[in-house]
Amino acid sequence: MIRRIATALIAVLLALPAAATTLEIKDVTSPGGIKAWLVEDSSIPFVALEFWFVGGSTLDPAQARGATHLMMGLLEEGSGDLDAQGFAAARESLAASFEFDSARDAVTVSARMLTENRDQAALLLRNALTTPRFDADAIERVRAQVLAMIEGNARDPDAIASTTFNRLAYGDHPYGSAQEGTIDSVSALTRDDIVAAHRAALTRGRVVVGAAGDITPEDLGLLIDQILGGLPADAPPRPGRADFALAGGVTVVEFPSPQSVAFFGHAGIERDDPDFFAAFVLNQILGGGGFRSRLMEEVREARGLTYGIGSFLSLADLSPALLGQFSSSNDLVGQAVAVVKDQWADLAENGVSQEELDDAIRYMTGEYPLRFDGNGTIASILAAMQSDGLPMEYITNRNSYIAAVTRDDVRRVAARLLRPEALHFVVVGRPEGLSPGN
Amino acid sequence: MLRHVATRLALGLLMCLPALAAQAAGKVTEFFLDNGLQVVVIADDRTPAVTHMVWYRVGAADEPPGLSGVAHFVEHLMFKATDDRPTGEFSRVVEANGGADNAFVSWDYTAFFQRVAADRLGLMMQMEADRMRDLVFDPAEVDTERSVILEERAQRTDSSAGALFNEQMRAALFLNHPYRIPVIGWRHEMERLSLEDVRAFYDRWYHPNNAILVVAGAVSPETVRALAETHYGPIPASADLPARNRPTEPPQIADRRVAYADARVANPYVTIQMLAPVREPGNQTEAAALVYLAELLGGGSQSSLMTRRLQVEEERALYAAAFYDPTGLGPSTFSLINVPVPGVSLQEAEADLWRMVDTLLTEGIDTDHFARIQFQIQAGTIYEQDNVQSLARAWGIELASGLGVDDIQAWPAVLAAVTPDDVMDAARRLFDDPATVTGLLQRPETSEVRP
Repeated sequence: MIRRIATALIAVLLALPAAATTLEIKDVTSPGGIKAWLVEDSSIPFVALEFWFVGGSTLDPAQARGATHLMMGLLEEGSGDLDAQGFAAARESLAASFEFDSARDAVTVSARMLTENRDQAALLLRNALTTPRFDADAIERVRAQVLAMIEGNARDPDAIASTTFNRLAYGDHPYGSAQEGTIDSVSALTRDDIVAAHRAALTRGRVVVGAAGDITPEDLGLLIDQILGGLPADAPPRPGRADFALAGGVTVVEFPSPQSVAFFGHAGIERDDPDFFAAFVLNQILGGGGFRSRLMEEVREARGLTYGIGSFLSLADLSPALLGQFSSSNDLVGQAVAVVKDQWADLAENGVSQEELDDAIRYMTGEYPLRFDGNGTIASILAAMQSDGLPMEYITNRNSYIAAVTRDDVRRVAARLLRPEALHFVVVGRPEGLSPGN
Repeated sequence: MLRHVATRLALGLLMCLPALAAQAAGKVTEFFLDNGLQVVVIADDRTPAVTHMVWYRVGAADEPPGLSGVAHFVEHLMFKATDDRPTGEFSRVVEANGGADNAFVSWDYTAFFQRVAADRLGLMMQMEADRMRDLVFDPAEVDTERSVILEERAQRTDSSAGALFNEQMRAALFLNHPYRIPVIGWRHEMERLSLEDVRAFYDRWYHPNNAILVVAGAVSPETVRALAETHYGPIPASADLPARNRPTEPPQIADRRVAYADARVANPYVTIQMLAPVREPGNQTEAAALVYLAELLGGGSQSSLMTRRLQVEEERALYAAAFYDPTGLGPSTFSLINVPVPGVSLQEAEADLWRMVDTLLTEGIDTDHFARIQFQIQAGTIYEQDNVQSLARAWGIELASGLGVDDIQAWPAVLAAVTPDDVMDAARRLFDDPATVTGLLQRPETSEVRP
């Protein structure tokens, strides 16, 4: 066999502090034509692999909601000659780890394999992905678990809040319903639905691959073909964009709890928008991670109205949004909602101070290189970048985009993005003094 | 099972998943400053970051009677002003340097950490040393922060039927040991915690001779020593550091039952819990055998006895598992949980758990399964090297639990030496007429909660 390995080596010049090295990402194309990004590091004898199949649970047909989610839960329940227990025993004997998960825009497979038995582990993973058995008893067992989870979500205020918000915002679009499905839809799923979900979700045509650890580009190419080579190439169409159809206001969902959960937000901004990085910095100042955001300062630190509050720019493929969440005691949640709206209005009108901007840029640019920490994390970052359509050079340039954001940029994007009158709050609990629609 | 489904079904019972973790010995250096500060350096030049952690050998189980939650309250107030820095400055400096910082408290320890670029280590030490002794307690800030911890309790405990149930279980399981008191505190006592209470607790325990500094990442032990001498070295040791003389458990002679009903319960379950030994300095063999026992019985894989029989073959359980945490000042707990399928009662589910214990005791151990667990534990020492931050955290917990560096480094070998006979012996000792607490989490007879 001729090994046609087209390997472009791109030394991405990300200065990693202290380590005094740069991160070298290798662009690998397997003999079978599957592309992957690799950071090679032989210091620990294992490799971390991330296979992200773009499309995810939005590919569910409307009448088979939950099929993709249930299907992903069945991949480790037997394949080829192995039933569920045989598969588990085989995986354990290799000390390999496979995690299968399902999300709105992608289903993901995360694998870790020891160098000493990598080929056997790859074969096992190949079988899980390409020849899952979907045995009747396994389907019923996992279905029962998923139904129990749906029951649990129906009694969980956090889940009720986000599910209600998405239903109000996106209606009949797949974004408008939970990927787990409903009691009715999951109960009605047939083996054919699951087989169809498998055929739709796991395709070579829509996979991105991130790898990091003890493997050469040549071996990675062969490994990828071994794992993914049996999957079909063509992928079904994805659903169209989801329009954010929720107007400003408050929706109260009664729930017996001493505390209310508030999930809030409005439409967001696309990643390819010219002002995206200004919005990214703005959100950091508004409600990004850590203790220093406006929302944490005003709602928690200054007033003690919550234990934690944050906002985030959701970059969901089919509808970006600016969202946030917090919990407050029933007698305080109304006050907290008012403070959030005030902060929204203040930033929309006045922008941010130079000190806030400088602090945010220093944090964001300082924190970024520290993320490239360990094979598992690096493999995930590489897969995420590819699924977002970012070029490899993004790693090198990303900090300069953030550092270039000015106060005027933030003011401009804040005036456009932050619309206090459009904020909708779904409040789950027994909030006092908070009436629907105000 | 999808990971998030497992998490959902366990309903918060699992404090930590029984990861088959042993920890790599790694390049570890230990030394002490003259003021008694213990320093442990885990060198790893693969990472661009350094994790800086200070662990205080004090936790919720060291609180004075009636002041439940005060250890956690002090942890929150550590982010307020010192004599040198205004409130908020600490996190602002960390974040302005691209770092992340946080803190956590358990029954046995209180820890503060930052993750930053390695060249910012000195700055982190300067600030961490500053708040070791020079915290300023402002009455208005204490009042506001009390509201925050009450909101935290509302969010994490009062809003969760499973968390409330766990709290009741612990209170029943420990008759006298302060492990019976929740770390967050009982609400009625939290509401009364005063500025004087938090200051007294801080002044009693926050000293260099009661602290462990753990630094992990791209930094040499020599650099850490020099920086630690500069920043922590000048802080005098406390001459009045109290011994951690905690109330201890009397012999437990009675079984107990806890029944909690809550309309928010989606999937009723039963749990059986009993006291179990922990890793002791120089004596970790019993704990190592119990790690295997929990995995063989109910480690979550399809190979484990409880999953295989109750979930797969008999289809009587949605989820069945066993949990044991070998590390802590102790005593630890060994727990069994069974979430039955609809149609199987909690009483039947309880009997199923005992049936699994009896099955293990009579049928013995599948040696193939045992060998696979052994290999996974061995492989765990490879995988764990990948995340130096979690490695640092694991070391901190072990050190704060009274284990020495030699114990921690010996642990993988102790685990590797366990035999199936050792596990059977440990199982017989554990299950030989234990005083158990059996808990049932269920819905009220007439439960009406909107779906």
